[in-house]
Amino acid sequence: MTATRLHRHILSVADLGRDGLEELLKLTDTFVEVSARAIPKAPALRGKTVVSLFYEDSTRTRLSFETAAKRLSADTMTFSVSSSSVKKGESVRDTVETIEAMGIDALVVRHGSAGVPLRVAGWVHDRVSVINAGDGWHEHPTQALLDCYTIRQHRGGLEGMRIAIVGDVKHSRVARSDVLAYTALGAEVVLVAPPTLLPPSLEGWPVTVSHDLDGVLGSVDVVGLLRMQTERTTEALIPSLREYTAGYGLTRARLDRLDDKVLVMHPGPMNRGVEISADAATSDRAVILDQVRNGVAVRMAVLYLLLGTGALS
Amino acid sequence: MSALVIKGGRVLDASGERVADVVIDDGRIAAVGADLSAPDVIDAGGCVVAPGLVDLHTHLRQPGREEAETIESGSRAAALGGFTCVVAMPNTEPAIDCAAVVREVLALGRVSSCDVRASAAITVGRAGERLTGMAELAGLGVRLFTDDGNGVQDDRLMRRAMEYSSGLGVVLAQHCENEALSAGGHMHEGEWSSRLGIPGQPAESEELMVMRDIALARLTGATIHFQHLSTAGSIAMVRAAKAGGLPVSAEATTHHFTLTHAECASYDPVFKVNPPLRTAADVAAVKAGLGDGALDAIATDHAPHEPERKELPFDEAPPGMLGLETALALALTELDAPLAQVLALLSWQPAAIAGVAAEHGGDLAVGRPANLCVIDTSATWTVDPARLASRARNTPYAGRTLTGRVRHTLLRGEPVVLDGEPTR
Repeated sequence: MTATRLHRHILSVADLGRDGLEELLKLTDTFVEVSARAIPKAPALRGKTVVSLFYEDSTRTRLSFETAAKRLSADTMTFSVSSSSVKKGESVRDTVETIEAMGIDALVVRHGSAGVPLRVAGWVHDRVSVINAGDGWHEHPTQALLDCYTIRQHRGGLEGMRIAIVGDVKHSRVARSDVLAYTALGAEVVLVAPPTLLPPSLEGWPVTVSHDLDGVLGSVDVVGLLRMQTERTTEALIPSLREYTAGYGLTRARLDRLDDKVLVMHPGPMNRGVEISADAATSDRAVILDQVRNGVAVRMAVLYLLLGTGALS
Repeated sequence: MSALVIKGGRVLDASGERVADVVIDDGRIAAVGADLSAPDVIDAGGCVVAPGLVDLHTHLRQPGREEAETIESGSRAAALGGFTCVVAMPNTEPAIDCAAVVREVLALGRVSSCDVRASAAITVGRAGERLTGMAELAGLGVRLFTDDGNGVQDDRLMRRAMEYSSGLGVVLAQHCENEALSAGGHMHEGEWSSRLGIPGQPAESEELMVMRDIALARLTGATIHFQHLSTAGSIAMVRAAKAGGLPVSAEATTHHFTLTHAECASYDPVFKVNPPLRTAADVAAVKAGLGDGALDAIATDHAPHEPERKELPFDEAPPGMLGLETALALALTELDAPLAQVLALLSWQPAAIAGVAAEHGGDLAVGRPANLCVIDTSATWTVDPARLASRARNTPYAGRTLTGRVRHTLLRGEPVVLDGEPTR
């Protein structure tokens, strides 16, 4: 297998296009297989150094990337804000240049401000690849890839699928990346949210919008729920979490009305009892842990695509 | 200083255009006419000789942020841009809100490369709570009051400021931004903010305050000047208010008729500014407003920032962009307007609003102070941030090729720019 170096960075789903997404999903199959081995490790990135640069708390994304890198035999380092010189006032650029000077191959960047991974990609030199692990409300490309992979795994593909993305789209990098990826792969997307939790403009978004979850649930193949941040009530975006759950939560009653084939997805971390009931989270339709499992394989595929030259076995 | 003659140019001022030489003696215009001579000669062949430009909206950053700009460096940038007078905004540290700071700014301005006029804050510390000592500050020469950087949020306080100032012969100027609506917004709210995931501020944040201040102008009879208007809605309201006979005036910046919010897709904070870059329709409305008189002046809102602060993440970086050295060329390149109209918008109309018409703008007439610029309207040049005279580098026009360049600038008869180079 040869990985072409078509892509130097993974910053946005928009940069990948349909071909890039399909290439990565195909590559992910290989790494699902590697992950299922008795010793789930390949020497593909031996000698490569992957650094996680996380300016925002994250458990699953950071662990997922680190697991992926280790399974590919890369050396990993983590730079997290709480224990770093950032607290002493160091700029992102200085931090990036300092880490780069140590001799690294990839930077996995998570930041609370939109656009930081793109800016970092403009600062690093030729040999370093930058992977966006979530930037503000903007994008989270590897989350969209693992969501696509999970749907493909269960339903064979995304072409013609009707997918509801439910909840706080406005503040969600997952939603922005999912919309781009799902529609690029031929799915139809409906955003379901109160108007206050939608982006101010949907000009250019290939989606439809509904404020009636019950009206939508009968016609969809996938329900993707978004995390509802509890502080949205203090910003007057919703009157109360109770009212939100009544209108937009995947409650027990709504779960019971869903067709058996419908997939229930959530990027985590979940607020059980708010956007998703405990019953929905643990039902047969929920593929939430498959998402996490596939996340490791998807990130192996991304790292391999950007850095890989070595063998897979 | 011996007399000098500006030779071979076309004179263009508020009263018209003619081929003429201009003799300057003792800081004043001594003669305007054909084939004049004097001991010193400044060549203006192929160029336009015009009254110096006047910027209603300049951030010189002194006192407080001298790493970004000083009155010396900012006034040099102004002179290179053809400006002979700038109105320094009061959002310094400390703010220009008392006699001591006004005196400091004016004293530093006196030895600089252009005529620096201090504006002063409407409220103490620009905090929006108590009026500054406007009468005392007017006595020191302040003609324009603004809390620029912030709008005066409190309706009653703004009413009082307008009433009180109307007795002093000064101008109140407003940075129009309803903070309840704009809070947390770092670019124009719309198509691009939604796509980029950058929190936005709606056009209505600006428009609500324009609407309120027009209502207050009607209530109080006071004049109001609107700073850096950026939306089609704001400009339409000002146009209607003028048609209704209200004594309002307004400015727009060069960036609001040359750039749109699509620039923010680079996430480069060099494109972050307040009010933010807006839509193509707003850009068209600004151009239309400059063309039909709804807008009275082009201002720069020259806002220098240290490089490291413009390298922060987009939502953490301060707003503002450089403007003094590119304003005239941008107007000549981007506006489909005759030169006389561009000069009206950059020279004599802002001079009247700033209360400096006795010394700047106006006519190149015998006896007037020799504050003028010589413009090569066909010269092309490429903006190179490293070559700007400003201490800061945050121009959004790096690499852009513009037409029109200032060749000489004279301040009170003294060349402060000669053949494109500063002399001070």
